[in-house]
Amino acid sequence: MKKWKWSNLYLIAVFIMLYVPIFYLIAYSFSKGDSMSNFHGFTWAHYQELFADTRMIQIVIDTLLLALLSSLIATIIGTLGALAIQRTSRPVLKNTVLSLNNILMVSPDVIIGASFLIFFTALHVPLGFMSVLMSHIAFSIPIVVLMVLPKLQEMRQSMLDAARDLGSTTGQVLSRIIVPFITPGILSGFFMAFTYSLDDFAVTFFVTGNGFQTLAVEIYARARQGISLEINALSGVMFIFALLLVIGYYFIQQGAQSRKSRKKGGALR
Amino acid sequence: MKKNTTNLAFYVPYGLWLGLFVIAPVLLIIYQSFFDIAGHFTLGNYATYFESGTYILMTLNSVVYAFIITALTLLISYPAAYLLHYTKHKQLWLLLIILPTWINLLLKAYAFIGIFSQDGGINSFLGMMGIGPKQFLFTDFSFIFVASYIEIPFMILPIFNAIEELNEGFVNASRDLGAKSWQTFTKVILPLTMSGVKAGVQAVFIPSLSLFMLTRLIGGNRVITLGTAIEEHFLVTMNWGMGSTIGVVLILAMFLIMFLTGERKRKGGRAS
Amino acid sequence: MKKLISMIIAILAVVTGLGLWSTHLQKSQGATGDNTLNFANWGDYIDPALIKKFEQQSGYHVNQETFDSNEAMYTKIEQGGTAYDLTVPSEYMVEKMIKSKMLIPLDKSKLTGLNHFGSLYMNRSFDPGNKYSIPYFWGTLGIIYNDEYVKASEIQHWDDLWNPKWRGDIMLIDSARDILGFSLVSMGKSMNTTNPTTLQLAKAKLDQLSPNVKAVVADEIKMYMAEGEAPLAVDWSGEAADMMANNSHLHYVVPSEGSNLWFDNLVIPKTAKHFKAIYVFLNFMNDPKNAAQNAEYVGYSTPNDAALHRLPKAVQNDKQFYPDQSVIEKSEVYEDLAPKIVGMYNDLFLEFKMFRK
Repeated sequence: MKKWKWSNLYLIAVFIMLYVPIFYLIAYSFSKGDSMSNFHGFTWAHYQELFADTRMIQIVIDTLLLALLSSLIATIIGTLGALAIQRTSRPVLKNTVLSLNNILMVSPDVIIGASFLIFFTALHVPLGFMSVLMSHIAFSIPIVVLMVLPKLQEMRQSMLDAARDLGSTTGQVLSRIIVPFITPGILSGFFMAFTYSLDDFAVTFFVTGNGFQTLAVEIYARARQGISLEINALSGVMFIFALLLVIGYYFIQQGAQSRKSRKKGGALR
Repeated sequence: MKKNTTNLAFYVPYGLWLGLFVIAPVLLIIYQSFFDIAGHFTLGNYATYFESGTYILMTLNSVVYAFIITALTLLISYPAAYLLHYTKHKQLWLLLIILPTWINLLLKAYAFIGIFSQDGGINSFLGMMGIGPKQFLFTDFSFIFVASYIEIPFMILPIFNAIEELNEGFVNASRDLGAKSWQTFTKVILPLTMSGVKAGVQAVFIPSLSLFMLTRLIGGNRVITLGTAIEEHFLVTMNWGMGSTIGVVLILAMFLIMFLTGERKRKGGRAS
Repeated sequence: MKKLISMIIAILAVVTGLGLWSTHLQKSQGATGDNTLNFANWGDYIDPALIKKFEQQSGYHVNQETFDSNEAMYTKIEQGGTAYDLTVPSEYMVEKMIKSKMLIPLDKSKLTGLNHFGSLYMNRSFDPGNKYSIPYFWGTLGIIYNDEYVKASEIQHWDDLWNPKWRGDIMLIDSARDILGFSLVSMGKSMNTTNPTTLQLAKAKLDQLSPNVKAVVADEIKMYMAEGEAPLAVDWSGEAADMMANNSHLHYVVPSEGSNLWFDNLVIPKTAKHFKAIYVFLNFMNDPKNAAQNAEYVGYSTPNDAALHRLPKAVQNDKQFYPDQSVIEKSEVYEDLAPKIVGMYNDLFLEFKMFRK
């Protein structure tokens, strides 16, 4: 056990800052009042309300499904795109493609949403789950590219050359060397895409239809009547669930890894 | 033959995406920027943008705020990412940094409203210390603080990844050669993690230019950015022409930033 | 690589599971295409219990989609692609939609209960003869004050807002027409002014108000006022009702020199398909008993007089939300102005927001 480091204090401060608003939200999900001001005493009422609200549960499920699927596809396309950009040798072309890549990140959501809507209606794509899925994939791709590309750039050309000299095919180089090396980038890209998808409101609003609704759209639309603490309760549930999932996944993986490394006697990831 | 097919697999999906979801909408935006509110072809939108001091001032405002937000985020995130790298279970901690971003932005904004308000968390804390209530909401401070809060995970992630790949050997070598830790940091660690910093800056600065939700919720519309104006033109005036014009300006600004922060291998020098 | 592939498989498995669950839920809610009613509504703007009751009574399934601005809703209907059967635009948007032929006239022979509506709320300028719209809720624009900081006598007129005493005390609703509107009224002009010079003057007068303005915000104004963050606000009556329910120190005033009168209305957009269900639903909502239940849930003022009589006496006699006829007569309804003029209002408002000190 290393001795306590003062620098950890800094990390703790950062974590506290990141989590204070979240705990604030969750704390108010137990408040008897109906807004996020002045705690009015403890109650489970908002949770009961939430679990009785089938429409809300349906929206949550659809939202999660959409976020997972869109970020998965966006991660695959984005990673391929990053590989393609990396292979481009001319710097001008590369910078142009990269700039194009970032356009969807800089354009405000309303512009993207409105132009996607025009685009979909012009092509007679029915509005609903598919159009929302395509839009979410579209605006998540750039962040994946941004997360994967630096990893690719760090990879040394000599490593790849060596592998090729040893007779590896392109496919082998890709699956054995490149992909394992950029995996952290891919994972960050996936998580960021997931975040973007969960949080998006404006684009989804414009391109959705025929009964398909996501959580963010519902939350924003409800704001006119004041956000009910049912939404806080929902956030609380989702947050705890995500937290358990993340911690659980991590320790299962840790367990598997330590067994594996003991067997191999190595510490390579 | 096989090589060609794998190459195609790289380019096609991404290329399709670029064509359908980037280039097509951008052309549409550019096309729209040449029409006035009554649907007539005009260059007037651009004239309005450059002639009326309002939009120029707004642009400057946006750039200044985005710059401050990015700088502050970087300042907080770099040490955090660096320290994270040396923690046990670092992947777990990293996931825990991302987790707060899964809570809806509007909800977090409302939570901050509660925290910053007159009888909110911070002011009651100040009250206990014997300091009277202060106005936090609707100030530049609270706007920049909350915007940075939102962006921090997007900055930590790429920097953390870059530090992960840092070869400890270089750091140790530098120390062995008698470099002070500050020297090691500026001469070895920082240049080698520059790619992560750049990715982070791009992921933070560019969206910060067009923030609009927070300018209203936390800034009380005392802070006006280009995002606010676009929002208004699309959703209130329904003057899509002017909204698109500002959009085009934003896209051009982004191109400029990309070329400024892009790699310049030709020069042979180390970027930075 | 292996790790990634197993992750992909895991995600796909979860997605499939969620998909199955989602379709199951959809079925259990009884949505099967033809017997549905697609209702585009503001969020939380109808009592969910009423929807349940309607579904049980009629056998139709209500598919609710929510929007958060008239203009965004307009854009979606204009583009088509979604089959909304009913929606709830505000009055100026009804006028705009009629002009752009986006509404289907009501078939009065299929409607019942129109006689319950008060004459004040029918046949307004935005839809003469109510050919296209049925009022849903209505209200005014006014000033909310907190009696802990402000005496009632101090705030009876729009001009009272300019009192230097309220430095940094006022919250304004983020809406160009409303804010420039009260400045115009305070100058004795119409809220539908199209004269550029008059508008400039109104904006110049607003600039004088700037030191008193704490913030220009939207829905969250309710939370701020309920919390006592500011002593004064300019907002709509429906919002005021909400705040006052959460803070008994708050009061609502409609200045006697005039104000805005607004209506949210049920209309049938051109995208409608399920006409049978539409009329069953409209008649259901016009029923005084149901309208009263809805008004109680939403908290806005109902135009259905028969429904109003079913509400508690305290509500019926509340002059803040059901003001005297004279106040209503003095108030103006927004007209759908030419796009150029709307643009002017918004540019001036934007300049006002950027104006500091």
